[in-house]
Amino acid sequence: MVVDAGNGHIGGDLSATDILATLYFGVLRVDPARPDDPERDRFILSKGHCAGALYTTLAHRGFIPLDELRTFMAPLSRLNGHPDRNKVPGVETNTGPLGHGLPVGVGAAIGAQIDGARWRTFVLTGDGELQEGSNWEAAMTAGHRGLDRLTVIVDRNRFQQGDATESTVRLDPLADRWRAFGWAVAEVDGHDHAALLELFNRLPLEQGRPTCIIAHTTKGKGVSFMEDRAEWHHKVPSRDQLARALEELKDE
Amino acid sequence: MSESPLHDCRHAFSDKLLELGEEDERIVVVNNDSVGSSNTGPFRKRFPHRLVNVGIAEQNLVGVGAGLANAGKIPFVCSASCFLTGRALEQIKADVAYSNANVKLVGISSGMAYGALGPTHHSIEDFAWTRAIANLTVVAPADPEETRQAVHLAAHTHGPIFLRLSRMGVPEIYARDYRFEIGKASVLRDGSDLTIIANGVMVARALAAADLLAAAGVSARVLNMATVRPLDRDAIVAAARETGAIVTVEEHTVFGGLGGAVAEVVVQTVPVPMRILGVPGVFAPTGGAEWLLEHFGLTADGIREAALELTRSPGAAA
Repeated sequence: MVVDAGNGHIGGDLSATDILATLYFGVLRVDPARPDDPERDRFILSKGHCAGALYTTLAHRGFIPLDELRTFMAPLSRLNGHPDRNKVPGVETNTGPLGHGLPVGVGAAIGAQIDGARWRTFVLTGDGELQEGSNWEAAMTAGHRGLDRLTVIVDRNRFQQGDATESTVRLDPLADRWRAFGWAVAEVDGHDHAALLELFNRLPLEQGRPTCIIAHTTKGKGVSFMEDRAEWHHKVPSRDQLARALEELKDE
Repeated sequence: MSESPLHDCRHAFSDKLLELGEEDERIVVVNNDSVGSSNTGPFRKRFPHRLVNVGIAEQNLVGVGAGLANAGKIPFVCSASCFLTGRALEQIKADVAYSNANVKLVGISSGMAYGALGPTHHSIEDFAWTRAIANLTVVAPADPEETRQAVHLAAHTHGPIFLRLSRMGVPEIYARDYRFEIGKASVLRDGSDLTIIANGVMVARALAAADLLAAAGVSARVLNMATVRPLDRDAIVAAARETGAIVTVEEHTVFGGLGGAVAEVVVQTVPVPMRILGVPGVFAPTGGAEWLLEHFGLTADGIREAALELTRSPGAAA
C-alpha cells in the first residue's frame, strides 16, 4: 500500500498492527454488516496517520473489500491518508491532528454512561502524541467521571517523527502519570497477542476507573532495517526493500 | 436607539433548550465551567445527568461533544465564544465539521459583549474562522424570537452548526409568526437607494439607521443576514441589482466576516459600491460593550453616515 501510494506512515503502522488485529479479531463487538449499530463497541484510532494499518484490519474484518487497499491514497480513493468516517464504514471519527481521539472517546463513553449502556470504547494513541495537552484534559475528565468502560491503548514504540520520545520531551514515568489522573494501568508486550487478549478479557482492570494499557512495541516491527529507526516514521520503502520486508514478515 | 425594552438572548436560548430537553432525551449540554455564563443552570437543575461539565478545557469540550454525538446524543456545546472558537478551532474543524458530527456549538457573549474585560475575551474573529470551515453552518440571531427558532432548528437539523449568541440587550424584532430559515436572509424593511445588511446585535441598529436615512430622504432596504454560511446569495444579488449599493454591519472585525462574505458574492455577480462596517482590524481599547460599539461607529448614526457617504460616492446608483 505504502509503496504503491508513495506515501504513508509505515513505522507506526507496524508497531500498531498486532494491537489492531487483537482488538478486531478478539475483543471488539462490531459487525461489518451493521457498522452503525448503536450498541457496537467504539474503536477510535487517535494516531490517524496509521490509517494504513486500520484499513488493512478493517478489510480483513470485512468492513471494506481487501482489493480496495490498493487504492490507498490514490486520487478519489475512500482511503485517505487519514481516516474519514463519512467514507469508510467502521471509522468512528476523523483523526489526523494528534490529541483528538481521546476527548472524542471520553465523550462517547460519557454518552454510554448516561444511558447505562453496555458497549465499550477503545482508543489507540501514539506515545509521542501524548505530548498534546488535550489528551490530559480528557484523561482528567475520564478519571473524574470513573469511565470504566473506556480503555486507552498507548502504542509505546518510544519514537516520534523526529527522534526518540525520551530525547524529545520525556513521557516517563508514563504509567505513574496515568495513575495520577485516576486510571488503572497495565503494561504489556504490544506484539504478544495472547498477553494482549488476556488483559482485554479482564477489562475493566478496576471498577470505577478507566483503563490505560501501555503496549510496549517496536516501531517498524518485523522488518530488521526499519525497527527502532526514526526515519521510518514516514519513509517509503523501495521495491527491493519491500521484497525484503515481506520476506522477513513472513517469518514472524 | 429604540426605546423598546431590551432582552438578553441567553434567556431565550436557555428557555428553548429546556423545552427541547423535555421533548427529546438525546439533548445534552456540554460546558467548560460555563454553566452560569451560558445560562444553562436551569437545564442542569432539570436534567442533572444530561449536563456534562468538562471543566476549563476547551479542546476536550468540543471533542467530548463529538463523542457524545457518536453515542447518539444531540450535544449543545456551550462556551464563551472567544474560547470555544479560538481555543478549540481544530476540534471544531476535524471532530465536528469534517467528521460531520451532530454537534451544536453555542458561542455565548460573542463580539465585544465582554466589554472592558478586553480583547482576550472579545470574539470578533469567530465569523472569519468558522465560515472558512466546510460543512459548518454559522448563524447569528438578532433577537429572542430568532434565537428560539435557531435553537429549535439546530436541534432538529442533523449536522454541525455554530450559533453565535450575545448577552447584549436587544429589542424584540420578530413576532411569533416569523419563520426563520437557515440560509435565508429576512427583509426587515424594503428600500431602493441602498441595502444595509446586518446580523446579531447590529440588526436593531441597522433598522434605526434606516429610520434616520428615511428622514434624510434616503430609502434603505434592511436585510438580516442571520446565516453567514450558507449565505443567501440570491438576497445579496437582488440587493445589489435593485438598490445599487450595500453597507454591511457586524460586531466583528472587518476582515473575513459578514462584510467579506457579502463582498465575495457582490464582486463576482453584480459589482456595486460597498462599505464594510465593523471593528477595523485592531484590538479594542478598554471600554464597556456599548461604549465600544459607539467608539467604532457601530451605531445608528455611524451606519447612517456611512450610508450617506456611500450613496453620494461616484459609482453609486443615482
